[in-house]
Amino acid sequence: MDFLTVLQVLDSTVRLATPLLLACLAGLFSERAGIFDIGLEGKMLAAAFMSAAIAAVSGSVWLGLLAGIGASLLLSAIHGLASITFRGNQLISGVAINFLAAGLTVVVAQDWFQQGGRTPSLIGGGRFAPIDLPLAKSLQDVPVLGPIYHDLISGHTILVYLAIALVPLSWWALFRTRFGLRLRAVGENPAAVDTAGVSVIGLRYAAVAICGVLCGIAGAYLATALQAGFVKDMTAGRGYIALAALIFAKWRPWYALSATLLFGFLQAIALRYQNIDLGGIVVPVQFMDALPYILTVVILAGFVGKAIPPRAGGEPYVKER
Amino acid sequence: MTAGTQQGRPVAAAPAIELKGISKSFGPVQANKDISIRVMPGTIHGIIGENGAGKSTLMSILFGFYKADAGEIFINGQKTAIPDSQSAIRAGIGMVFQHFKLVQNFTVLENVILGAEDGAFLRPSLAKARGILKQLAEEYELNVDPDARIDELSVGHQQRVEILKALYRQADILILDEPTGVLTPAEADHLFRILENLRAEGKTIILITHKLREIMHITDTVSVMRRGEMTSTVKTSDTNPEDLAERMVGRKVLLRVDKAPARPGKTILEVDNLKVVDSDGVERLKGISLNVKAGEILGIAGVSGNGQSQLLQVLGGIQHGTGTIRINGQEIDLTGQHSDGQSRRARGIAHVPEDRQHEGLIMEFTAWENTILGYHHDPAYQANRLLMNNAAIKDETRGKIERFDVRPPDPNLAAKNFSGGNQQKIVLAREIERDPDLLLVGQPTRGVDIGAIEFIHQQLIALRDAGKAILLVSVELEEILGLSDRIAVMFDGRIMGERLPENTDEKELGLLMAGVSGEAA
Repeated sequence: MDFLTVLQVLDSTVRLATPLLLACLAGLFSERAGIFDIGLEGKMLAAAFMSAAIAAVSGSVWLGLLAGIGASLLLSAIHGLASITFRGNQLISGVAINFLAAGLTVVVAQDWFQQGGRTPSLIGGGRFAPIDLPLAKSLQDVPVLGPIYHDLISGHTILVYLAIALVPLSWWALFRTRFGLRLRAVGENPAAVDTAGVSVIGLRYAAVAICGVLCGIAGAYLATALQAGFVKDMTAGRGYIALAALIFAKWRPWYALSATLLFGFLQAIALRYQNIDLGGIVVPVQFMDALPYILTVVILAGFVGKAIPPRAGGEPYVKER
Repeated sequence: MTAGTQQGRPVAAAPAIELKGISKSFGPVQANKDISIRVMPGTIHGIIGENGAGKSTLMSILFGFYKADAGEIFINGQKTAIPDSQSAIRAGIGMVFQHFKLVQNFTVLENVILGAEDGAFLRPSLAKARGILKQLAEEYELNVDPDARIDELSVGHQQRVEILKALYRQADILILDEPTGVLTPAEADHLFRILENLRAEGKTIILITHKLREIMHITDTVSVMRRGEMTSTVKTSDTNPEDLAERMVGRKVLLRVDKAPARPGKTILEVDNLKVVDSDGVERLKGISLNVKAGEILGIAGVSGNGQSQLLQVLGGIQHGTGTIRINGQEIDLTGQHSDGQSRRARGIAHVPEDRQHEGLIMEFTAWENTILGYHHDPAYQANRLLMNNAAIKDETRGKIERFDVRPPDPNLAAKNFSGGNQQKIVLAREIERDPDLLLVGQPTRGVDIGAIEFIHQQLIALRDAGKAILLVSVELEEILGLSDRIAVMFDGRIMGERLPENTDEKELGLLMAGVSGEAA
């Protein structure tokens, strides 16, 4: 494997890890506040469709992004209403959102565009364009560092840089601000927050809204940056992988970055090497494609050491008598 | 910060708190009926009453958790509306709940500032809180490491954090709900010193408890609640425990357990070098040896969490262990397939578990179904090979209900609809009436009313006098001292020493419970 190939695989790792990272951070905010969100997948899917649809119609990817965030926020509001206000079961609400998104996106896409449940391919201003960082071209010929800078660090869309910037930002917000302290407290012991005179419901809705915005960006990234348009089920389980990564990351932002990069790397490998020949035994492409999902199962089965979720996670808050 | 509020207080001493005509219903249940009370500033005011008398509801109304259906609240003479906890805090009220409202994986400092931060960023708030905590620690003997995580702290220290939280919010009125339930006697004494210091600084304290001794020991005034009503308010110096108990229950109550000296027979239970390692790999029992004879009660004293639960569980067959246990001289299996509740029952061991709602009963099941749990294989309960003889079981249950005075006497009522004391009577009826050689009893009167406590104690003494061996685990020292013929004290998975109840007192037992061994035990 030569240097250039390694760079290409790593480059695609970054691109594939970005939606996972955004979704993982989305889940992190929600679950840190005690709201389990299995509906990351559905929110991403809805956002992917809406962003692609609006971008295709308007020709503006930014309008598309806003529409995607809007769609995701709408589903977040449903989840919040069901699990915070009406104290319903968070898993069931999340699953319902996934079904809703999977069905609605295709039906609406067919109704609007008549292309078999897709949106038209996005061209020009309808997509996020790669950004060349300063001096990328001129430094390209510097040995080793030049190609790393030009091929790996430079040349991604704005959303990739945003996602990475969100990691330290999330850490800072969670662990260095009043909002973060209260958010973490409400996921651990909402009664402590309530008796301190702070609204449990307000905090949880805020967390769910942040989750919605981040899922919206993740979905828009899929349809308008990674791909050029929406196709049926294009999230392909990324919401669930993000949840696995969240457990792997023990609900911490920096760990979330490493965990999602690992999953992104596996997807990049699967994409590049369709059949791997290991001296006679050929690892089939299907196995490579399945690898990230296999790892997900392994992680969820608890082979990565003890991961302690927020203590009040999944439980609606009811005042004690 | 305390000096300022003291000088600002009106000269004519208005009550720190005055409640007028407070009423509150939950559906058909009237938890508080037309309650009026005046709490004078700079005093410790006790509120005493049985479970369900409405004490906690009243305090929750004062702290803005519930909205009263009717009535008015005056703080320092000013009529004050308290629609939520925020307003209660603003009015200078701090509350220490029975179940602490702390975030387990936060530090002390983080817990203290939560909800009372200065500004959007934590750093300045934490620095300020560190200074104030240091000052409070010196002023009131409230020492806690500000950087310790809550789950690393003892229960006593966690309680101090709760008090610090209230003081940090500049509370002048402090409400404590059953504060000593989880404390060792030494920790409780320390708490009382803190409360006395607070009173000396002019703070007003409301102490909710069901322990008469504490009321007599520390309060200036005491109010008694019964069935949602405030029945009387008296100066503590004008009353005594018997009088208070009568006011609480509404009839004369025997506070001391009446019993004849034990006549121990042959040894029923022998435990030798019993060890238990739990699923987290923590050694919970570190070599326990003890024995219980027929016709005697061995009381195990100790602060909860020192291995008493594990001891009961191994003896009851719920957990595995190593070492030897003999019943009537025969060794029983501790680790293999014959180590379960069923085989223990077959050997004559009955078990009244500590946690009756989770281990003693199935709350959704009816009383009659609960009276055969664990004994449901008994041929007497089968109609044929397929069906159970429900009619016979219900008949038997009616008898048990009558003999154990379970109220209401309805075998078809679900366990969850009985009060704590009556639930415990159902469990006791089931276990005692199987005529066991050894009865294991954990916390027999936790959450049980005074009237029912008296009955349960009498039943245990009667069983002892019938020549049965009883192993009693309780965190209530008074109960241990009152019932036991011998007392063993557990600390950190070991037995610290054995004492005879007539030769010891709460102070000595308290030291043993804290891990301080007196003379060679």
